[in-house]
Amino acid sequence: MARRVTARRMVVSTVAAWFFGGLIFFPILWMVLTSFKTELEAFTVPPSFLFFDWTTENYATVQERSDYFLHALNSIVIAGGSTLIAALIAVPAAWSMAFAPTKRTKDILLWMLSTKMMPAVGVLVPIYLLFKNLGLLDTRSGLIAILCLGNLPIVVWMLFTYFKEIPRDILEAARMDGATIRRELTYVLLPMAIPGIASTLLLNLILAWNEAFWTLNLSTSKAAPLTVFIASYSSPEGLFWAKLSAASTMAIAPILVLGWFCQRQLVRGLTFGAVK
Amino acid sequence: MATQQTQVLARGLLTPAVALLLVWMIVPLAMTIYFSLLHYNLLDPGSEAFVGLENFRYFLTDPAFLASLQNTLVLVGSVLAITIVLGVPLALLLDQPVLGRSIVRLMVIAPFFVMPTVSALVWKNLLLHPVSGLLAWLSTLVGITPIDWFNDAPMTAIIMIVAWQWLPFATLILLTALQSQDEEQKEAAEMDGASALSTFLYLTLPHLARPITVVILIETIFLLTVFAEIFVTTGGGPGLQTTNIAFLIYSQALIQYDVGSASAGGLVAVVIANIIAFFLVRVVGRNLEA
Amino acid sequence: MGQITLQGVHKSFGQLDIIKDANLDIEDGSFVVFVGPSGCGKTTLLRLIAGLEDVTGGRILIDGQNVVNVPPAKRGLSMVFQSYALYPHMSVRGNIAFGLKMAGLPRAEIDRKVAAAAATLNLTPYLDRKPRELSGGQRQRVAIGRAIVREPKAFLFDEPLSNLDAALRVQMRMEVTRLQKQLATTAVYVTHDQVEAMTMADRIVVLNAGRVEQYGSPLELYEQPANLFVAGFIGSPKMNFVSGPPADQLGAATIGIRPEHLRIAQEGEGWPGTVSVAEHLGSDTFLYVDGGALGLLTVRGIGEIHLKSGDRVWLSPDPARLHRFDKDGMAIRH
Ligand SMILES: Nc1ncnc2c1ncn2[C@@H]1O[C@H](COP(=O)(O)OP(=O)(O)OP(=O)(O)O)[C@@H](O)[C@H]1O
Ligand SMILES: [Mg+2]
Repeated sequence: MARRVTARRMVVSTVAAWFFGGLIFFPILWMVLTSFKTELEAFTVPPSFLFFDWTTENYATVQERSDYFLHALNSIVIAGGSTLIAALIAVPAAWSMAFAPTKRTKDILLWMLSTKMMPAVGVLVPIYLLFKNLGLLDTRSGLIAILCLGNLPIVVWMLFTYFKEIPRDILEAARMDGATIRRELTYVLLPMAIPGIASTLLLNLILAWNEAFWTLNLSTSKAAPLTVFIASYSSPEGLFWAKLSAASTMAIAPILVLGWFCQRQLVRGLTFGAVK
Repeated sequence: MATQQTQVLARGLLTPAVALLLVWMIVPLAMTIYFSLLHYNLLDPGSEAFVGLENFRYFLTDPAFLASLQNTLVLVGSVLAITIVLGVPLALLLDQPVLGRSIVRLMVIAPFFVMPTVSALVWKNLLLHPVSGLLAWLSTLVGITPIDWFNDAPMTAIIMIVAWQWLPFATLILLTALQSQDEEQKEAAEMDGASALSTFLYLTLPHLARPITVVILIETIFLLTVFAEIFVTTGGGPGLQTTNIAFLIYSQALIQYDVGSASAGGLVAVVIANIIAFFLVRVVGRNLEA
Repeated sequence: MGQITLQGVHKSFGQLDIIKDANLDIEDGSFVVFVGPSGCGKTTLLRLIAGLEDVTGGRILIDGQNVVNVPPAKRGLSMVFQSYALYPHMSVRGNIAFGLKMAGLPRAEIDRKVAAAAATLNLTPYLDRKPRELSGGQRQRVAIGRAIVREPKAFLFDEPLSNLDAALRVQMRMEVTRLQKQLATTAVYVTHDQVEAMTMADRIVVLNAGRVEQYGSPLELYEQPANLFVAGFIGSPKMNFVSGPPADQLGAATIGIRPEHLRIAQEGEGWPGTVSVAEHLGSDTFLYVDGGALGLLTVRGIGEIHLKSGDRVWLSPDPARLHRFDKDGMAIRH
């Protein structure tokens, strides 16, 4: 577009965009700042913005008091495990729907999508009782299974839309070149689909990391991921603002960074391709 | 690519996903339906008995149901309104020539990646706290008595938190849609002498109709079951003021241990969600043809 | 060896019959072109031979062996796709070598064969580039390289030149023909461009709505079209068809005469008409003549003919070049 942009328009929109962007981002920024204050400073009115004694003691306290690393490890295992298993089931399914579609493929896809729309709370009772009877409450494997099933439709969908964009001709060319289906998948399809697969996995990692219904209801301590760990800060005990901020910062930092990398895929994944 | 061999293989590869989802959908739902017809309380084991639709009658006539239904609708409606009313101008702004746009984008999208428990607690304690919260300080600066949000306007506080989490989503989708708008179409309108306002009204807004529909449908699905934000801030209170249907079902099931009526409530939630899902699936399904 | 025989091949997608009873005998080493209007089933027939689709009925024999249940990789054919279908993540070398690698050939032999194929196709300088770094014509040659390196029994081409510009198309047309003759490998080539068909083919298969209308050498199709469809489809500009009294006189329902076989005659000789459009190309002149009850007639004259719109003309058909068709559209032969 060779349109001339007037300097004035540029300045106005830049200032406005930074102002509103900053406003939206502010709670996160404030949380990070607070995490480096002492509890007293965190509570003091008027608040100090930059000129306070920066300290990292809150981070140490949080680890000591509520074992951040255990919960972070749980989050990694649960989010990562459920995403990986979902991908292992979803890649073949998406392949078959994208490259060997039948009359029913569209119905199957839409049906899968509709399972995602079933509200979790509708099946809370039976799942809770099943977990209780099977001894799965507060276990990583139980949460992995639930989150995997919950996200499976999204993983299938996203992979399907990515696979759909790979020209069928290329896979057929591989077949003519004598590749078996397995080699066709490993040497041709997967290398070409790596960007799509990566962003699918990333987005689902984020969704699983932030999942806060099943994790809150089905885990309490030993398998509790970071969502639950943070919830334990909901009952105040004395001055705890700075520690809460430190814990929160640690809980969101890894996933926020990942999220920034795949913001575009977010749109595609969450709208099931309805907006591109 | 329709040779028989391929078809057979494809069916084999599709089966695990379909079977798992089928089980995942049918087993718990069937159990919910079954429980909903029983008198079943975990505190009172051995007293299970078939009661027909009694649980539904109990759940639907419970004053808490009406209150929570109303709260649910208020929460969903307000958050939708806020995210769209603010999302459209914000997306339009970000579609302008902005220095450092990618950084602004990152700032705007960030709240979406914050887990619900964190955003609820940060808002509750750092921003909305009546004594040390930032908003309290700001209001004293301009001479207003700080509001004790979670006691005096708990629903408003929840709405603020949830809207903050979902505004990025709406903005990002609308922005993506704007960027796919045909630039030549806008230029043609400009050549035709259309003003910026009429370009917006007659070209941009119709172009946004579909993404706005998608935003509404998807947000609704998630907003109907807002849980963690309530769980860690108000616990549904004071009274029933912030109890939505999801939280009501949770409290009946895991606080009062009334499995029967919680199951009935769960089915009510499923029915409500299905009505919305029906429309969403149609919008998305149309896209599959392409 | 690469003799391909189709016996009663039939293909339907659901209710739709796309290929209806195709019978063909493609000789070893020959260059056979499938032509026909869009949607007539050319690609489908080629994919049936390749094994990318199952036949609904009938047999496909390669060197006498029925291959309908043999997967594509085992049929010993190679295919050049319209979109080229190069592997985007592999270099030119990787693309050409892929089939050999799948066949498990030793490294040294693969290298030797790839180098030879690249030399034949002038691709040696580009071996380490990715497909997206090549021009259209170069990509086309990589696709061909990938096909020849495996030394298949036959090449299958699906409109391989349709994405190239006109000049390059002419050049590649000759290159493909030369290569095919040099390798003496059977080729089945799909196109809807009749110039390609006429210039490249040893024999042409004219397809229409899933049916083989005629199978013969280019000149056979031109001189003795089997029916109205072939007569109208082969040749440009299209053959003129006339029915009514002039046809009745010759004992036919319809007679056909190609534009180049209509002569501008003396007044009173042949069919009268009025020139409605005259196109002067220098080398040729095309006249579109309103022949009244005879309909619109196209005339092709060599060189410049000084006639313009509105002029009265008399047209005389070359009697030796008249084609006669019965009421079912089939050619009447003496
Ligand atoms: N997988 C399929 N399912 C259903 N119908 C199909 C399928 N593939 C092709 N067809 C139909 O079969 C007919 C023949 O298609 P084909 O691709 O063979 O035509 P073609 O002669 O190659 O045309 P073109 O010159 O346009 O490439 C078309 O009407 C097409 O719609
Ligand atoms: Mg075709």
